[in-house]
Amino acid sequence: MTVAAESAAGAASLVQSVDWLAIAPPTITAVAALIVLVADLFVPEHRKPLLGVLTIAGLAAALAVLLPLRHGDRSTFCLPTDATVCSYTADHFALVVQFLVLGGALLTALLTLGGGTRRLPVGEYWFLLLSSAAGAALLPASRDLATLVVALEVASLPAFALVGLRRGDRLSSEAALKFFLSSVVATAVMLLGVSFVYATTGTLHLTRIAARLEAGVPGQLATLAQAGVALTLVGFAFKTAAAPFHFWVPDTYVGAPLPIAAYLSVVGKAVGFSGLILVAVVGFPSYADVWGPVLAVLAALTMTVGNVAALRQSAARARSAVRLLAWSSVGQAGYLLVPIAAAGYADGQPNGSAPPIGSTVAYALMYAVVNLGAFAVVALVARTKPLNRLSDYQGLAARRPVVALAMAFFLLCLAGLPPGVIGLFAKVTVFSTAVDAGLGWLAVVMAVNVVIALYYYLQWAVVLFRAPEGADETAADRGGAVETGGLVGPGVAGEPSGPGELVIREVPAALAVAIALTAAAGVALSGAPQLVLRFAGTSLF
Amino acid sequence: MIDISESVMQFLLALIVAGPLVGAVAALLPAPPGLRGTSPDQAVLRHGVTVTGAVLLAAIVLALGFDHDRPSRIQATTDISWIAALDVRIHLGIDGISLPLLVLTALLTFLCALYSYFKQPKGGSPKAFVALLLLLESGTLATFAVLDLILFFLAFEMVLIPMYFLIARWGGSEGVTGGRQAAAWKFILYTLLGSVVMLLGLLLIGLRAGTFDMVALATDNGRGLSTSVQVIAVLAIGLGLAVKTPMWPLHSWLPDAHTAAPTVGSVLLAGVLLKMGTYGFVRIILPVAPDGMRTFAPYLAAFAVVGIIYGSLACLALAKQGAGGDLKRLIAYSSVGHMGFVLLGIATMTPTGVNGALFANIAHGLITGLLFFLVGAVKDRYGTADLDTLAGATGAALYGRAPRLGALLAFAVVASLGLPGLAGFWGEMLAMFGAFDPADGLSRPAFLTFMAIAGFGTLLTAAYLLVVVRRVCMGARPQEAPHLADVQTYEFAAWTPLVALTVLAGLWPAVLLGLTDPAVQQLLAGGKS
Repeated sequence: MTVAAESAAGAASLVQSVDWLAIAPPTITAVAALIVLVADLFVPEHRKPLLGVLTIAGLAAALAVLLPLRHGDRSTFCLPTDATVCSYTADHFALVVQFLVLGGALLTALLTLGGGTRRLPVGEYWFLLLSSAAGAALLPASRDLATLVVALEVASLPAFALVGLRRGDRLSSEAALKFFLSSVVATAVMLLGVSFVYATTGTLHLTRIAARLEAGVPGQLATLAQAGVALTLVGFAFKTAAAPFHFWVPDTYVGAPLPIAAYLSVVGKAVGFSGLILVAVVGFPSYADVWGPVLAVLAALTMTVGNVAALRQSAARARSAVRLLAWSSVGQAGYLLVPIAAAGYADGQPNGSAPPIGSTVAYALMYAVVNLGAFAVVALVARTKPLNRLSDYQGLAARRPVVALAMAFFLLCLAGLPPGVIGLFAKVTVFSTAVDAGLGWLAVVMAVNVVIALYYYLQWAVVLFRAPEGADETAADRGGAVETGGLVGPGVAGEPSGPGELVIREVPAALAVAIALTAAAGVALSGAPQLVLRFAGTSLF
Repeated sequence: MIDISESVMQFLLALIVAGPLVGAVAALLPAPPGLRGTSPDQAVLRHGVTVTGAVLLAAIVLALGFDHDRPSRIQATTDISWIAALDVRIHLGIDGISLPLLVLTALLTFLCALYSYFKQPKGGSPKAFVALLLLLESGTLATFAVLDLILFFLAFEMVLIPMYFLIARWGGSEGVTGGRQAAAWKFILYTLLGSVVMLLGLLLIGLRAGTFDMVALATDNGRGLSTSVQVIAVLAIGLGLAVKTPMWPLHSWLPDAHTAAPTVGSVLLAGVLLKMGTYGFVRIILPVAPDGMRTFAPYLAAFAVVGIIYGSLACLALAKQGAGGDLKRLIAYSSVGHMGFVLLGIATMTPTGVNGALFANIAHGLITGLLFFLVGAVKDRYGTADLDTLAGATGAALYGRAPRLGALLAFAVVASLGLPGLAGFWGEMLAMFGAFDPADGLSRPAFLTFMAIAGFGTLLTAAYLLVVVRRVCMGARPQEAPHLADVQTYEFAAWTPLVALTVLAGLWPAVLLGLTDPAVQQLLAGGKS
């Protein structure tokens, strides 16, 4: 982590004073990972669930440490010669993204506990999850290219293993391989870009790179600098699964264990996007006229490809629920790109303090909450219907009215329609950045995409409330509660007492907590959207 | 009329907007002891009647407490910050333009809830039905009460999901290509596409003018916006509102949605939801972007009169013997024509025309609401709304078989065709008056032409409506036909208010015009009264 790139200043003190509190969130996570790994050796088989509890405790502790840091004024690993240039900065941007990734990892852990870990090597699983979370928590705070790349790899490498962790599952290994290859290509391209940038500017610190690129690189190096900027951004576009680089997403999500698909869709995305924001907005603001239009085109392409593909998922195909969420996550990535592209058009704000970025963060927070909620419901349904087709959701409202209502709420939030108020307002902020930046065409493309997305989200929501196909099948599903029947009849859809209670007892506590947490957060945010949207109104750096 | 302190007025308005929302949530919960009623279904339907009744009561008290001497002033205002980041404020308030629509909405929803209490909707569970109905009411009332652009958009979107489910789950598939599901999809996708484009226009205005507050924007009267911004914004917002209204040629979702929707859904769709579009034109486009509106006014007027003629011709074709026309579809097409008059009035940009448009809005809500109720009743009794099956060779003989129902239907039809002395007359006449002398800067010859075409449209309207009366109400009474129930008590209860108000508004238009006129004058003059 301590990349002292400027060794020219070696005469100064080599011993840095480290602000341990500032780096506590990623550090606690990493330490917890090591503890779990070691403990796995000594814990007997029947005590293995303890490791999951340990993981959750570690993540909760890391989250708790964010509280004393909330002023966002700490930084550490600064240059001995210049205390304003630091490798690790716990500013508001870093803290919000850390909150997002650690919270996302926590919910993933809950999903894992609730979904059952029968086919997983437990110790390795928790270790890898925590390591990946540690990298993801480090990334938004890193302010030099080397730390950034290291953090990105720490976040990604365990993820490959997590995807392929299911023993004896061909689909799982194939998914891991696809994910690995595309990610390694991305890293290689990015490293090449980083080295070009380093060659032209002679520094790895983002703020210094910005200053030197602003001042102008020597004529013969201009092409090299441009190529470096372009390649670095392409690398990050790969990581965010932006349009031409999205092909690995559906297969990886479908092949991965369900909680890991949820993790990748939220935390993996957050990592890619925070890296992209840091590099583009903090590092290369003087090339905004280059990356702004490119990102705008990528955004339009990504959302269109993702939504159109999601639209074409057939409901009867195996695992179509996860596949739909995977494609829709590609579409949502397109919306997330819009404010970053708009930042490229925001003139008069050279220091990367462009407000549009806050909209991406706010949108990502909203997306994290409702998408994890949706995955939690999918995990619940997958317990009884392992095929996890969209058609398996038919009649969920009759069997589990509360869960069905929560799922409908999540889907409407993702679609951005009331009563999913927070989803609507998150979209409004994204729209407003595009309109404000004069990207009218992008706003129109996004408008069409919102309508396309509504179609498949609402279709899913409608299936939840449709009467179950056959009464026999449903009855077999929920064991003893036959007498109520799943047939259309007055009072079946909303009957929390009676059959509902019987079924709810089967829901694992961890899953129930995950669904309740995300639903409560979604409802609270719908009542007071300011809680997340305030990030959209201020400068985060 | 009666003096109510401002804070009570504020509370009443907040209750009107938030009450149905709370009621919708409460409807999903199990009934508390003591309110269980005879069965869960009965309890929840009664809950719907209670909540909508309370909201109607609050709306009536609000209307009584409204300062009728100064209807142009925004009253009962609440203005608190909600989302500081987006500069969105919970800004509620009513003036002479929104008050009648607010009361109309509360009334129609209450009547619908009352009607459903006695005539349980067939389809899903009543619990979900009541919750959706209340959610719908909350959205529509909020649309008329909010004074913030983003909040307006939120309220505008809020009605989509409940209406979708009302059509898709409680509707009927008879006479709709693709069935009720397809009709519901058509409704929601059309409207959503329109309203997302509208959002872009609203954002453009808000970001360029620096505020989303409708009052501030109306006072500014477009002075802070360049003409090109106004033109783009009016195009975007107008598109969204025109889909909702609906304006020809964006109307094609409407006939299917109406035909498929259950009676209650049709009543609310025609009586309330369509008004949200025209209300937006008056409340947002006219005062906020007058330059942009001036550019598009002739086109809007042209589309409006095409809609009038098109709607009437479509109805004539449907009413013809052997055409297999559905009665609900016919009334839906007649709505396209009636809303054409409203749009024509707005496009004139004169106080006369806009007042006429607002009057026609209310009149259409009352009369078409009543018509859909009546057609629903006919459909229940005959088992079909298909005109040919209904009428047979001679006619459905409603006069002979259910005289009261027949008389009511004839009354509603005559009101709809604009007989002087009933509500339908004034709005359309004023709209055409407005077109006779449009605002400065608009081409008078063009508008004279539009007026003439619209006048021809009234003739066509009269023609098809009279054909409907002849085919449904008249005819020889078949000898051994099964007995038909005449109007029931609960039906009388649900329909009488609409009949009474139709007569009242027809005989004493000043009740409404006195409210709207000062407010319209102020809106058009740019906040200076």
